[in-house]
Amino acid sequence: MRSEARVPVSLREQEGGWLRAAFETVRREWLIAFRNRQDLINPLVFFVLIVSLFPLGVSPEPEFLRQAGPGIIWVAALLSILLSLNLLFRNDYADGHLEQWVLSPQPLALLALARVAAVWVTTVLPLVLLVPVLGVMLHLTPAIGLVLVLTLLAGTPVLVLVGAIGAALTVSLRGSGVLLVLIMTPFYVPVLIFGTGAVTAAVEGASIIGHLALLGAMLSLAVVLAPLAIAGALRISVSNG
Amino acid sequence: MTSTLLEARKIHCERDDRPLFSGLDLRVSGGELWRIAGPNGAGKTTLLRILAGLNPAFEGELLWQGEPVHRVRTQYQANLLFLGHNAGVSPSLTAYENLAGWQAMRTPAVPEQVMAALSDAGLAGYEDLLAAQLSAGQQRRVALARLYLSSAPLWILDEAFTAVDREAVSQLEALLANRVHAGGAVILTTHHRLELEGVQALTLGEGHDAV
Amino acid sequence: MWQWFHKLGSPKWFFGIAGRLMPWLGWSALIVLTVGVVWGLLFAPADYQQGDSYRIIFIHVPSAYLGQSLYVAMAVAGVVGLVWRMKMADTFIASATAVGAAMTFLALLTGAVWGKPTWGTWWVWDARLTSMLLLLFLYLGVMALRGAMEDPDVRARASAILVIVGVVNIPIIKYSVEWWNTLHQPATIKVTEAPSMPASMWVPLLICLLGFHLLVAWLILWRMRNDILLRERRARWVRAWVLAQ
Repeated sequence: MRSEARVPVSLREQEGGWLRAAFETVRREWLIAFRNRQDLINPLVFFVLIVSLFPLGVSPEPEFLRQAGPGIIWVAALLSILLSLNLLFRNDYADGHLEQWVLSPQPLALLALARVAAVWVTTVLPLVLLVPVLGVMLHLTPAIGLVLVLTLLAGTPVLVLVGAIGAALTVSLRGSGVLLVLIMTPFYVPVLIFGTGAVTAAVEGASIIGHLALLGAMLSLAVVLAPLAIAGALRISVSNG
Repeated sequence: MTSTLLEARKIHCERDDRPLFSGLDLRVSGGELWRIAGPNGAGKTTLLRILAGLNPAFEGELLWQGEPVHRVRTQYQANLLFLGHNAGVSPSLTAYENLAGWQAMRTPAVPEQVMAALSDAGLAGYEDLLAAQLSAGQQRRVALARLYLSSAPLWILDEAFTAVDREAVSQLEALLANRVHAGGAVILTTHHRLELEGVQALTLGEGHDAV
Repeated sequence: MWQWFHKLGSPKWFFGIAGRLMPWLGWSALIVLTVGVVWGLLFAPADYQQGDSYRIIFIHVPSAYLGQSLYVAMAVAGVVGLVWRMKMADTFIASATAVGAAMTFLALLTGAVWGKPTWGTWWVWDARLTSMLLLLFLYLGVMALRGAMEDPDVRARASAILVIVGVVNIPIIKYSVEWWNTLHQPATIKVTEAPSMPASMWVPLLICLLGFHLLVAWLILWRMRNDILLRERRARWVRAWVLAQ
C-alpha cells in the first residue's frame, strides 16, 4: 500500500453535487438489481401466484373473475410490493453501505427519493407490465385492463414511497417481513380504495378522472413528505449500527 | 491547520442503564492522531459513532469548527471520512465500482484517480472483480482505498487495521503519519500496537471519564 | 412555562407528581363513571327508534373518541420526543399505545354488539367501524414495531416517526373509507349522529365521556409510573422509593 494520499487535506464548504449523487444512487441501485436478477423475479412470481389462487380458491367463473379481478390484482400487487420492499435497504444495512450513504454530504431525503424512484422502475414497473396478461386470464376487457394499468401506474409509486418508510424503520430488525406488512398495510388502504374505485367507475361507464386526480394528489403529498420520513427513519436505523 | 476541528464537550452516554462514559471531553485539531483505547465493551465504537454524528443518543455537545454538528451536518460530512466495522463494500459490485460509486457521492469520480487509488491500496489487477470474489483482507483494502481519494481533514477509523496483513498495517501507519503531518486529523481504534510517534490516547473504561 | 416543560421531562419529578395525582383521578373516575353509566343505562329514556339498544353509546362513543384522540396525543408526544429529546414522551407513547388499542377494541366490540339488534348482524362494513378497525391495525403496528426493537433510544425515535406518519395518514384513511362506504352502502344508520338528542340522553353521555377521560388518564399514569420504574431501575431515587414501600 502506498503511504501517501493522492489528495491533499483541504477544508471543504458544503457544495452542490446532489444531482450527481442522486444519479449515482439510481445507477448503483440498477446495477445491483441487474446483478441480482433473481431478487427481482421472486416478487413477480409471487404476484402471479397470488392472483392465480383466486380462480382456484373461489371460482373460475368468468363473471366472478371479471368483477373481482381488479381488486385481486390490486391486493396481490400491494402484497408483492411490500415483499420486495422488505429487501430495499437490507443488504445495504448489512454491508455498511447505508451508513456511508447517510454520511454522504448530500440531502438524504433527496437521495431517498432517487432511490425509491429507481426501485419503482426495477420492481414495480415489470409488475404493472404483467397486468395485461393477468387481465386476459381474469377475463377483463381490454378497456378495463387499461384503466387498471393506469391506476396502478398512479398508485404504486405512493405504495413504494410509503412502504419505504416502513422498510427504513425495520431494516435493522431480523426477519421483519411480516412486521413490515403489519405496520404498513393500513397506510395502503386509501390507495387501494381509490385505485379499485377507479376501475369500478370505469366498469359502470363513469369518468375516472376524479379518481386519478385523487391518486395524483396522494402521490404529490407522498413525494413531498415520505422522503423526509424515510431519511429520518434511516438515520435512526443506522444510529445503533 | 492547527485550529480545533472537532470538539466534544461533556459527552455522557449510557447503554442498558450503565453509563459508558460521562463528562468526556475531546478536542481534535489538524495534525493530531487520537487513539481511542479501552477494553471490549468500553464504548469505543459507540464513541466513534457519536463523533461521526451517526449516534445522537448522548448528552453533551459536539461541535465542528465551533458549530453544533447537527446544525452544520452537511458541511461536517463533507469534511469527514468514517470507516466503520462494515465499511460499505457491496459484494455485488466490482472493486472499481465500489470505490468510484463512493467517490461520486462526494466529488466527481475521475476514473484514473480511482484506478490509481485501488492500485495504491494493493488491488492492482483486481479492479474488475466483484467484491464477493475478493478475500476479506482485499475487501477491507477496497474500503481503505478511499483514504487515497479523500481530502477530508478528519478521518474516523473504527478498527482500521482489521483483516489486513502485517505489511499493509505498517504502510497504513505510514499513510496516517503522513496525513497527520500534512495537517489532517485522525481518530481511530485498533487492537494493533501502533508504531507511531505523537499518538494521543483516550482510554475509556477507567473510571467514568478520561482525559 | 419552560421550566415546567423541563420538569415534565424529568422522570423523578413526573413519577412523584403522577403518584400524587393518581388517587384523585382514580376515585373521581370511579364516581363519575358510576354516575354516568347508571344514569345512562337505567334512567335515561329509551330511544323511540332503537329502543334500549342505543344505550351502548354510553360506552361506545367515549371509547371510540378516546381511541382516536389518544393516537393524536401519541403523535404530539412523538414530535416532542423527536424535537426536544424528552424521555417522558416515549414513556407516554409506550403507555398510551396499549390503552388506545384497548379503547379502539372496546369501540369495535360495542359497535358489533350494537349492530346485532340494529342491523341484524354482528359486523357490517360501515364506514365508522371500518375506520376503527384500521385504527386498531395502526395501534397494533406501533405495538409490533416497539416489540421488535430492543434499544430503548432507537425504539423511542422509530415509534415516534411511525406515529407521526400515522397521524398524517389518519385523515386520508378516514376520508377514503367514508368515500368507499358511500360507494358500496349508500344508506346505513349512523351510530352516533342522532340529529337532536334530548338533554336526558346527552347529559349522561357527557358524564360518561368525562369519566372515560379520567379513567384513561389514570390508566396511562399508572402505566407510565411502571414504565419509569423499569427504565430508571438503577437510579438511586427508585431504589429509595421501592424500599420505602
